[in-house]
Amino acid sequence: MISTLLRRLGPSLLGSVVAFSLTAPSKAAEELRIGYVAPTTGIFAQVGKDMVDGFQLYLDDVKSDFGGAKVKFIVEDEQAKPDTAVTRAKKLILQDKVHMLVGGLLASSGYALAPVSTADKTVYVVPVSAADDLTQRDLPKYPYMVRTGWSSSQPSHPFGQWACEQGYKKIAAIGADYAFGYEVVGGFQRAFEACGGQIVQKIWPPLGTKDFGPYIPTIRQDADAIFTLMVGPMSLQFPKQLAASGNKKPVIGGGTSYDEFVLPSMGDEVIGHVSALQYSAALENPKNEAFVKKYRAKYGKVPSYYSETNYTTAQMIHEVIKNNKGNFPGQEAFVKQLAALKLDTLRGPVTIDEMRNPVQNIYIKKVEKRKMFGYDKEELWNTVIKTYPNVNQFGQFNKDEFLKTPVYNRDYPPCKYCN
Amino acid sequence: MKSQRIKVLVVVVALAAIAIITPNTNSFVILLTTRALAFSILVMSLDILLGYTGLPSLGQAAYLGVGAYVTAILATRYQFGLGYDFWLVVVLGILFSAALAAIFGLLAIRATGVYFLMITLALGQCVWGLAYRWNSLTGGDNGINLRERPKFGIDLANEVTFFYLVFGFFAVSLLLMYTLVRSPFGRSLAGIRERELRMKILGYNTWLHKYIAFIIAGGFGGLSGVLWAHTAGIVSPENVVLTTSVDALLMAVLGGAGTLVGGVIGAVIVVGLREYLSTLVPWWQYVLGAVYVLTILYLPTGLMGIPERIRQRRALTGNRKDAKKLAPVTS
Amino acid sequence: MNTQFWLIQAFNGISYGALLFLVGSGLSLIFGVMRIVNLAHGSYFLLGGYVALSVIWTTGSWVLAIPVAALAIGVIGLLMERIFLRPLGFDPLRQVLLTVGFAFLFQQAALDIWTGNNFDINPPDALTKSIVVGGVYLPLYRVFMICTALVIGVILWLVMEKTRMGAAVRATVDDAQMARGVGIDTSRISMLIFSLGAFLAALGGVIGGAFLGIYPGLDFEMLPIAFAVVIIGGMGSLGGAAIGALLVGLADNFGKALFPEMSYFTLYAPMALILAVKPTGLFGRE
Repeated sequence: MISTLLRRLGPSLLGSVVAFSLTAPSKAAEELRIGYVAPTTGIFAQVGKDMVDGFQLYLDDVKSDFGGAKVKFIVEDEQAKPDTAVTRAKKLILQDKVHMLVGGLLASSGYALAPVSTADKTVYVVPVSAADDLTQRDLPKYPYMVRTGWSSSQPSHPFGQWACEQGYKKIAAIGADYAFGYEVVGGFQRAFEACGGQIVQKIWPPLGTKDFGPYIPTIRQDADAIFTLMVGPMSLQFPKQLAASGNKKPVIGGGTSYDEFVLPSMGDEVIGHVSALQYSAALENPKNEAFVKKYRAKYGKVPSYYSETNYTTAQMIHEVIKNNKGNFPGQEAFVKQLAALKLDTLRGPVTIDEMRNPVQNIYIKKVEKRKMFGYDKEELWNTVIKTYPNVNQFGQFNKDEFLKTPVYNRDYPPCKYCN
Repeated sequence: MKSQRIKVLVVVVALAAIAIITPNTNSFVILLTTRALAFSILVMSLDILLGYTGLPSLGQAAYLGVGAYVTAILATRYQFGLGYDFWLVVVLGILFSAALAAIFGLLAIRATGVYFLMITLALGQCVWGLAYRWNSLTGGDNGINLRERPKFGIDLANEVTFFYLVFGFFAVSLLLMYTLVRSPFGRSLAGIRERELRMKILGYNTWLHKYIAFIIAGGFGGLSGVLWAHTAGIVSPENVVLTTSVDALLMAVLGGAGTLVGGVIGAVIVVGLREYLSTLVPWWQYVLGAVYVLTILYLPTGLMGIPERIRQRRALTGNRKDAKKLAPVTS
Repeated sequence: MNTQFWLIQAFNGISYGALLFLVGSGLSLIFGVMRIVNLAHGSYFLLGGYVALSVIWTTGSWVLAIPVAALAIGVIGLLMERIFLRPLGFDPLRQVLLTVGFAFLFQQAALDIWTGNNFDINPPDALTKSIVVGGVYLPLYRVFMICTALVIGVILWLVMEKTRMGAAVRATVDDAQMARGVGIDTSRISMLIFSLGAFLAALGGVIGGAFLGIYPGLDFEMLPIAFAVVIIGGMGSLGGAAIGALLVGLADNFGKALFPEMSYFTLYAPMALILAVKPTGLFGRE
């Protein structure tokens, strides 16, 4: 009886111990191990693929050589679940002994990974996760974190101003019911109401909603325009269903609502829709044109902002390592140097502010059907119609006053004109 | 009696082995083992229902959820439970879960078999629905992040120390549950599992027995949740989703229902497959699915049931051999 | 909230209910006849959508995709029942767990075959328009969903009520032992019903694919909702499945529109209460 059990348990226990000690990687002298966390399966798989592809394209461009260091790019699947993201990050840090953690898609992933970076004293570079507070009220908790992408409300601040300039007085907002949604809509609301506009309604369909049947009929008829914040597959379904319901109002939205990852699958129903973001694939500068062509040649599709931000992030990491002659300068030094970077990138000039978030151009873009960059077919592109330069995460608002108010959430800013 | 003593001895030795070997492996393995142990308290609680009382529950994760959310909400909103009051949170977690089980039990206990499966599924989904949409309380989809582990004289941020804490809870839970199932109450539960009608005729209040077992299981589930909150550092609706309850059920059956320890074996295997194998090969889920299917088909008594089956096999062949010797050889 | 609002919401709820009827009716029959809690039902739904996609990619025909996908998954259901479920005999726990094991296998296989991307099934252009009835815009695709569910529902009802096979099925649902005693081959009925259930789920997947999309994770998202339909409507009852689907579709829709914070709770709480009072569901037969 004992012998049977021991016979079963013994060898496997022994075997595991041996296996574990063998799988601990040895530290190569000039190997830079970058651990990447993205949703490669699940509902956001396509987005995750763009993230990885963007980063990989840069690695291919420089043949994985960062100023002398050989880059080892390890990708783990977070399935867009914060729980899984944390487990994978731990695996990358504890098992693969990566020098830095990069990635995370949703705001929830960012909020989950940042504490891991602090607990395990590992650099965490954030190219996508736009949760405002990561680089605002919560910044002191994350000394190893630097954001190279954007903050959710960053584009919304100048966008609200633009909306006033268009003459809109009342806007109904509908956004995905989670932190990112609250922040994009909230930023827009603050800016729009600061120049005389009114947000008259805020509707929050749950993240991942595909059937907007319950929500579309409730949109207020007296609004001048509709502001939408959609992510992932929601971006695809919402405009279709909105158009099918007979909507005639102008539609504007957060950058992810019309980003290039979903734009090619959209139909004519989105022509004329306007959004704001720090990137558009239709940016007419030589760097971007080359990037779009290269990306399209390799992956068969137009790059989305997810691809661009990771390409640019890889470029920024490369800069820092290059400045250190191919050596990793240690966690704290890397953070300091990355945060002090000034770079001319695809999306325009980028610097990092003192709260470790990028300062960059914000582009107001409109969906148009046209031919671009020498492609012979007419396609949907986000044409840039206005540029707001040097926008930081607080926009036109005073930083200290901004930080005194609560983070944008479901009830902040309060919907004063909602009834 | 002797075989029972031997079983206990084997379990004690195995546990000691885990306690000694694990801290000497790498941090990721310690992390996974801690998780497996915390989760196996839930699995064992399910085993009390499934293996000993004969009630298959598809909603046990709800109690883990309650324990975990209580811990997380108290820690982040009220800064409570991060010092010596951690022990108070343990008690609260258990009480809240037991209370929920008391309420749910009133609805569920009358059902048996498939219907019990369905109603526990529905109740588990209710908890999930609340966790997912009650944003103001639970943080909804984002879940709640526990930024730090409690400090009461010992630093639980250290993975090894925390492992020992969880191991301690696990060992105590196992001991308590073992005492329960060997007690007269536990034996009545087994009687109910075998032949409820007979127990009723014998005068047992079977409904009450089942109800109490349900509450006890819920309480242990809550304990599992409290530990889980600090192990994972994040509590989200994922913890109470249907697949988590299914996982627990599968782990119990894989290891062997009605053995308590089987749940641990099942938990270690599944966690190992899911978190460790998945980092080595991409086809790990086929292995997981195959393990389930094959176990259900060929090993209904689970892995812990293997020695018994070997013994039965031997006994059968032994009888046949004897029969051959005795039977006259006719032409 | 004017009449137009209520009308549109009701229409949306009914169309969603139509989709749920397709998924739930199969599950209800499977449960009624075989007492099997089929946790792979969501997988059948999703696989139906994936197979349809493949058909569309190779032949370009959406119309062809519908029957092909449904039949293909029906066959898979048949094989699963014959080879794996039959040997288990009547053992609810093991059957449940077996179906889950398969759900995991299907999930991984789908990931390997079709990748992890989100897909949309694009119906022919004609169906993407809307018709206007009294100032209210009704998307044609939703109308199509309702019509399909009605047609399928009527066919199923006719088969169950008017044919010998249907009578045999009903007998097996009511009392399997008696049915066997009268000479009905219950094991063949079981096989047929399981296969039919898979067929219907896959049909739901194809039709729902234009509406919900096709992506990994959809299988386990649909599963609890399908169960809600079966439980509320009653296990083993087609009429119950129809009513259950309608109720769930409406409750889900109105719940999300009016009480967003409680929307899932408003769905599952009634489910639990109904089960507590009548374990077989509103119209269940026992």
